[in-house]
Amino acid sequence: MTLAGVFGPLGQVFVFVVGSAIVLSVITVLVAFLLRGTRTNVDLVQATLTILPQVIVDGLVRGFLFATIALGYTMVYGVLEFINFAHGEIFMVGAFSGAALGTVLAASGILNSIPPLLFVLIAVIVGMVVSGTLAMTIERVAYRPLRNAPRLVPLISAIGVSLLLQDGMRLIANVTGLGFNARFPTPNFGPPLQLAQIPTADGRTIPLILDVRALIFIAAATLMLIGLNYLVNATKMGTAIRAVAQDRPTASLMGINVNQIIALTFLIGGALGGAAGVLFGVRVGTVNPYIGFLPGLKAFTAAVLGGIGNIPGAMVGGIVLGFLEAFVASYLSLLTGGAFSGASYADIVAFAILILILIFRPSGLLGEAVAQKV
Amino acid sequence: MTLLELKDVHTYYGNIHALKGISLAVEKGEIVTLIGSNGAGKSTTLRTISGLLTPRHGEILLEGQRIDHLPAHEIVARGVLQAPEGRRIFPRLTVRENLEMGAYQRRDADGIQRDMERVFTLFPRLRERINQRGGTLSGGEQQMLAIGRALMGRPRVLLLDEPSMGLAPVLVEQIFNIIREINQQGTTILLVEQNARMALSIAHRGYVLETGRITLSGEGKSLLDNPKVKAAYLGEVGH
Ligand SMILES: Nc1ncnc2c1ncn2[C@@H]1O[C@H](COP(=O)(O)OP(=O)(O)OP(=O)(O)O)[C@@H](O)[C@H]1O
Ligand SMILES: [Mg+2]
Repeated sequence: MTLAGVFGPLGQVFVFVVGSAIVLSVITVLVAFLLRGTRTNVDLVQATLTILPQVIVDGLVRGFLFATIALGYTMVYGVLEFINFAHGEIFMVGAFSGAALGTVLAASGILNSIPPLLFVLIAVIVGMVVSGTLAMTIERVAYRPLRNAPRLVPLISAIGVSLLLQDGMRLIANVTGLGFNARFPTPNFGPPLQLAQIPTADGRTIPLILDVRALIFIAAATLMLIGLNYLVNATKMGTAIRAVAQDRPTASLMGINVNQIIALTFLIGGALGGAAGVLFGVRVGTVNPYIGFLPGLKAFTAAVLGGIGNIPGAMVGGIVLGFLEAFVASYLSLLTGGAFSGASYADIVAFAILILILIFRPSGLLGEAVAQKV
Repeated sequence: MTLLELKDVHTYYGNIHALKGISLAVEKGEIVTLIGSNGAGKSTTLRTISGLLTPRHGEILLEGQRIDHLPAHEIVARGVLQAPEGRRIFPRLTVRENLEMGAYQRRDADGIQRDMERVFTLFPRLRERINQRGGTLSGGEQQMLAIGRALMGRPRVLLLDEPSMGLAPVLVEQIFNIIREINQQGTTILLVEQNARMALSIAHRGYVLETGRITLSGEGKSLLDNPKVKAAYLGEVGH
């Protein structure tokens, strides 16, 4: 439980964040430079550089979204070697609880008198409590009784829980009047921040803007990752989580209540997922019962990319995937002269790169040869 | 009152009847050893005491209180700690963290610190490697850590499963001396061993286990002289 034990993994994550941003930026600018002759109407290099800061922020937001969700997958995998496929729905329920809070506050007319940051804080806490409790309950009811069953059985149970939550939430949303596409009311965040004016070749300037909600997202996610890292690496409880992950029977010989630690792992993972759901909802403005599926799937991929079971790995995998998507989504269409629309090809290209990485590093970016776990 | 007592304990692995009515007693302050050949059921006995396995019949009593059917962590809370077979060090926790896990249920930070000092006095090698990951220790160092880790729980009864396994003769001697020292400092010990000669020579009493049943028992010295024990368990060990 040394300081190095806490900052070591965070440093590694930081290196990957900065590193992947730089590598992708350099590659993109290089490609733009090589392709500059193909286009006469725009200066490709200039256009590329102009939107670069936005793309990096977008990548960070996507990356932190995947990272916070991926932690839930990886922590549970670490202690149980089980993929909790209902985790995307835990994220979705978190988003809905935030939307419900916003709706109630809006209906009582006080929403806009709450400072936006305070609202986000309260909504995140609500989302964490709801999703954390939900995840713990699911473990108790749907997974624990199956702990000694063959591996496929709890997996089926997870898929069942996932469907149940989707349709259950759909029912609740309809009955309570939130609606299938529920609005996520928030106080007004004000205009985007103007960071700088970027001059272009033809004498115009383009404002470099930053959405306040993106900033909040990045800040909140960073705080959570630091907090989790501290909890896992510098507290007795965190050491117990790692001990249970490494050797369950021996952990119980140390006097560790293994069931309690497993429940705690679901609580933490669920709470992170719920917080991510709320932050996602705040940023996007609406939620529906099926929003958990795609982010869940991508976050799971991110966890595998980083090395499943490895906590800094989940953070790194999420960030790398987020950057890949953001770069492809923003630049593919620009660089191909509109032949490919970035937004629709982002997943294909990002996942193709992922598969390549995994072919060369099957245990993931941070996974050790012997799958390093929590 | 007897500190630890097993009465007609039967344990199964599915349909395999591994313990067929074990009865034994460990008095306060003793070293009691359980010897027997491979597959006799020695580890099964310790796992049953620790609550990793639940006996189908029989009773396990700690100072007269039944502890069978308690979950493992509650048995630890009552002062029964085990250094399991094969050491089972947490490979990606440091030496310090492994020791801290031994003291998991304790809240007395000062006492934990003192006990860690005590472990380092018994095993100075561990102090030098305090921030090294458990999985990177040598086999002998891991054994020291496994014993030290169990001591960190302030055991009333310490269960040791083959502490000499895989160690060089010099180290075996050293480990047995330390076991005796731990006992002289007041810890009661139930020692499972393949190395019957060493175990019987430091034990106050011993039991011989054969395919799930106790077949012989007596004082350590008298078992050492017992012809059946000599033939079956000391033949290849002694010179
Ligand atoms: N997990 C298990 N499943 C089924 N049978 C088991 C299991 N563990 C042990 N056994 C059986 O129970 C019997 C007793 O095993 P145990 O491990 O207690 O022996 P032991 O006396 O400790 O042997 P050794 O000296 O080799 O460690 C053996 O026949 C073994 O095959
Ligand atoms: Mg054994």
